[in-house]
Amino acid sequence: MTDLIGFSREDAGQPPSLAPAYGSTVSRSPRQPLVRIPQTLTELTGPAGCWGNLMGAALADLTTQHKAMPQGQRIIVAGRVLDEQGRPVPNTVMEIWQANAAGRYIHGKDQWDAPHDPNFTGAGRVITDAEGRYQFVTVRPGAYPWGNHKNAWRPAHIHLSLLGPAFATRLVTQMYFPDDPLIEIDPIANAVPLPYRQRMVSRFDIETTQPNWALGYLFDVVLRGREATPFEDDHHD
Amino acid sequence: MTDQINPAPRQDNQDPALFGQTPSQTVGPFFHYGLPWKGGADLVGQSDMGARPELFPEDHYVLNLAPPKGAVGGETITLEGVVYDADGKPVSDAMIEIWQANAAGRYASPDDPRTDIPLDESFIGFGRASTSDEGLYRFRTVLPGVVPGPGNGLQAPHIAVGVFGRGLIKRLVTRVYFEDQAANQTDPILALAPAERRDTLIARKVGDAWRFDIVLQGERETVFFDI
Ligand SMILES: [Fe+3]
Repeated sequence: MTDLIGFSREDAGQPPSLAPAYGSTVSRSPRQPLVRIPQTLTELTGPAGCWGNLMGAALADLTTQHKAMPQGQRIIVAGRVLDEQGRPVPNTVMEIWQANAAGRYIHGKDQWDAPHDPNFTGAGRVITDAEGRYQFVTVRPGAYPWGNHKNAWRPAHIHLSLLGPAFATRLVTQMYFPDDPLIEIDPIANAVPLPYRQRMVSRFDIETTQPNWALGYLFDVVLRGREATPFEDDHHD
Repeated sequence: MTDQINPAPRQDNQDPALFGQTPSQTVGPFFHYGLPWKGGADLVGQSDMGARPELFPEDHYVLNLAPPKGAVGGETITLEGVVYDADGKPVSDAMIEIWQANAAGRYASPDDPRTDIPLDESFIGFGRASTSDEGLYRFRTVLPGVVPGPGNGLQAPHIAVGVFGRGLIKRLVTRVYFEDQAANQTDPILALAPAERRDTLIARKVGDAWRFDIVLQGERETVFFDI
């Protein structure tokens, strides 16, 4: 069997599981230290190149899933999925979900009284091309209140989920918008220490913006990358 | 267009000085219409298990187009359990993912180089299930085969598990082993878990199902791994 190349571990930008300002972490984060294990074939493999067979087809335009256009500011989100060495991650799936333009989720347990939009679900998925590029069309989500503390509001965000090439590269994150004063007072974004928090803030881009149609935002996602050399002890044959 | 100018650069995602791993964030409580697809928890079929379509209107079930699956080799099993928080309360807004080899011990991944072991055309080995209002997750899958471990060793049949949910800023990683497997005694990863907590990694046969509860914190806290 050929040598296995491991993935680098978490970098300094990853948040701790316990972030007390985000109240729900207090009773849901482990107190025992994590047990560090070597990356085996289990961690170094993952589903790849089979998204259609696994989940179904791409859904890259969240504004055309229903009878009419959804309410709100139409936007294009584009960028690349890269590894830590800056190499593209091709043919990987990015899943997308978000609130509507008023900040309301199409979810029975979202009790905020902002209006639902019958023309907007807020769920999609895209597959990166050979250069790791992706693009999707949606509406800009609204901010919404939550019960974490007095007068708590989540900054506008789009939830993103990526698998990457292996179990070890799995990532769920949130994309924020550049002109949002709620980011710096949001306990979830601030579970990530500065300056790394800013890695989750997209950039408005006039080149991505399409005249008379939609504003464009750039957002690159960086997954854990493969180390340069194989493990010493991984000769399986 | 020559007259187009971009806004002034700022410290954001596109700043080369900040380049590095994108930080993890929670899935929050409202992921059900966006992540768990139909067939996602049923690795050998196309049922709705784990998808919770009752939580949103039917015409917003856009993840309901499960690709068809054929027959899958091996022993079909049910894997289920409850996710508990520090107070022993079931977690009703968690999401569990699994990744495993097929019954012959092959991963459906281009990075598993053992082409002598057959792939199963209808079995990918990746699954996703939300917990119910009672905190219960459930998968239907096959019992995985043995796979290589570090050095020249083998790993006992196991399933890699990722735990997500409201209040989980980043994924927690654990593994399911099966209580009747003699290979557990020599498994190199099980051996790294503290002996007195090792049984939190072992599923037990309860009725027709393999039972694997996940305790996020407190007494009987599940062993979670740094991979
Ligand atoms: Fe959200």
